Amino acid sequence: MAFSAGLSVVFHGVAFAMVLYLISVGLSVTMGMMGFVNLAHGVFAMAGGYVMTSLMNRYGVPLPLALGAAAAAVALASLPIERLLYRWLYGGDELDQVLLTMGLVFMSGATAQYLCGALQQPLRLPPGLNGGLHLGFGEVPAYDALLIASGAALVTVLWLGIERSRFGAKIRAAVDNLRMAQSVGIDTSRLFGLTFALGSGLAALGGGLGASLITITPGYALDNLVYFLIVVAIGGLGNIRGPFLAALLVGVADSTCKYLVPQFGAFLIYAMTMAILLWRPRGLFGRA
Amino acid sequence: MSRALFGSAVALVAAAVALSPATVMAQTVKIGVINSYSGFVAQAADEMQKGMDLYVKEHEKDLPAGVKLDLIKRDDTSKPDVGKRLAQELIARDHVNLLAGVILSPVAAAVAPLTAEGRVPFVITNAAGVAIPRLSPYVVRVSFTLWQEGYPIGKWAAQQGWKTAYTSVTDFIAGHDAEAAFTKGFTDGGGKIIGADRFPPANPDFTPFIQRVKDAKPDVAFLWVPAQEQAVAIMKAVKDLGLREAGINITSTQDLLPDEQLPIIGDAAIGLVTSGNYSVDAKRPANTAFLAAWKRAYGDKAIADFFSVDGWDGMAMIFDLIKATKGDFTTDQAMAFFKTWKGPNSPRGPIAIDPATRDIVQNIYIRKVEKIDGKLADVEIQTIPMVKDPWKELNPAK
Repeated sequence: MAFSAGLSVVFHGVAFAMVLYLISVGLSVTMGMMGFVNLAHGVFAMAGGYVMTSLMNRYGVPLPLALGAAAAAVALASLPIERLLYRWLYGGDELDQVLLTMGLVFMSGATAQYLCGALQQPLRLPPGLNGGLHLGFGEVPAYDALLIASGAALVTVLWLGIERSRFGAKIRAAVDNLRMAQSVGIDTSRLFGLTFALGSGLAALGGGLGASLITITPGYALDNLVYFLIVVAIGGLGNIRGPFLAALLVGVADSTCKYLVPQFGAFLIYAMTMAILLWRPRGLFGRA
Repeated sequence: MSRALFGSAVALVAAAVALSPATVMAQTVKIGVINSYSGFVAQAADEMQKGMDLYVKEHEKDLPAGVKLDLIKRDDTSKPDVGKRLAQELIARDHVNLLAGVILSPVAAAVAPLTAEGRVPFVITNAAGVAIPRLSPYVVRVSFTLWQEGYPIGKWAAQQGWKTAYTSVTDFIAGHDAEAAFTKGFTDGGGKIIGADRFPPANPDFTPFIQRVKDAKPDVAFLWVPAQEQAVAIMKAVKDLGLREAGINITSTQDLLPDEQLPIIGDAAIGLVTSGNYSVDAKRPANTAFLAAWKRAYGDKAIADFFSVDGWDGMAMIFDLIKATKGDFTTDQAMAFFKTWKGPNSPRGPIAIDPATRDIVQNIYIRKVEKIDGKLADVEIQTIPMVKDPWKELNPAK
């Protein structure tokens, strides 16, 4: 009995972790590569959520299609934003970067409220995704199972892509040593844009998939910023494995703490973060 | 200018001024509406605003001649300190005659002391924290208190033969009231509370908390959230974890199964019993007329629920005051009128204000979710007439 309760709580935590990872991995890579403090990363996740729910609710588009369309749309839209806004502040003063991105956060919240109203976007899941799913050793929520399955698939594709493809090699090179990568002939300017788009598209996927766990409201980008930053801080900048472990830690700890101590459960995450960062200031996998 | 010409000029101007409509019975009643248009209760605020606006639209023609209504709407963004600042501005800068609205009890609790200082009547159309009318002699509430609804359903649950209960509520004033009321009702009926959880407000995901309830295996679970999308989220967790299939009964106040979320919550709600002051399904003529007006104004874009009716009744009471005083009233006159006000034609049935507590007295209905013609409805199965707030009866003011 206790096992099935524990399984359910951990399973749910892993599902939450998948969502956090998908959103935060792009932030880790761009922060490590461009050295740019992008506090507006949550805006892309929020945009993904809004596009997906609008397509589903207003035009009846099925979930997988709406999700894909949202990710593609946000990735494409992020290219001009990177080129026109972010590019000016690469290598610049961090305070300027913070001001710019916080401004973007507030603007996006107001725009979302203007276009879609202040109310939470409803997410109508197809009937098969509600209720429980019987696995061999217990029953778990069906949507959590979907999140974990699709999250795992996306993570595998991402890791293989970064490890095996030329594009991935360029990313790793630019994160390791930007000047060297430039002297070897890598067009880092174009690389930044493409990596930014990749990160934003993944964030949109995470925002859409996780819409029932992290609800889509105009305040999304600001309200959840801390969670994304915690995952990146604990995981370390510029790599894709660190945030995965960090997301698992945060997701499972959040779910477990809420189960064990409902009144303070959400707060214990911050205590855990402080402890880890005191022990490893650069994050678990960050460079010295 | 010659004396005669000057004299007749003065007389002409005086006559013009005396006869101009601007000075004849010109009365603007300014009402400051503080509502949570954004934040985690934005949906409830939208429902309440629709109810208030509908009443104004339908009954504007009933206003006495020369009286104009000026509704100044302000967004407290679901935060008490913002609500307090807005109330200060409305009272001191805009010189409103009345304050109305407020969804959240913490916001109402922050605003109430200002009304005592500024001597402005405050008509609460939702915030249900029991002690709020005691914070200021100028507060009157037309909505409900959670003790009015929580205590009867606690007693009802004990009457069903359920021996153990587990309460799981949102951690703020309203949740605490709901928990305390249900607990008193259930234990008065001979039951035992085996667990009480409080989870953070604005929490979107309830799976861990529902897991705790499931593990404790109570006969009945009292789950309380401040209505709207939180109700959908908690019912989703109930569905996902199979709480009812595990043999645990569920009950709450109307906040768990508000009318306009029933279609989204779906069949998981069938058979659940809650207590409330209004359900769309009610067959009384005042409700039929209200729903017809609602449909004319909002079509199918919104479903009415208790937030809307409470807003409607709040405006009804204010309109009655304006009609009785021709829009010209002092604070004390307004409070004297409100204290003895009765609303026999409310869509929820007969309502009245209790002069001793300035709180609402109304029928409380025990309702069950049933599927009628393919649509879910909260059907009233029992009526407890003219319930006064039990908490104030148990805790008389000193």
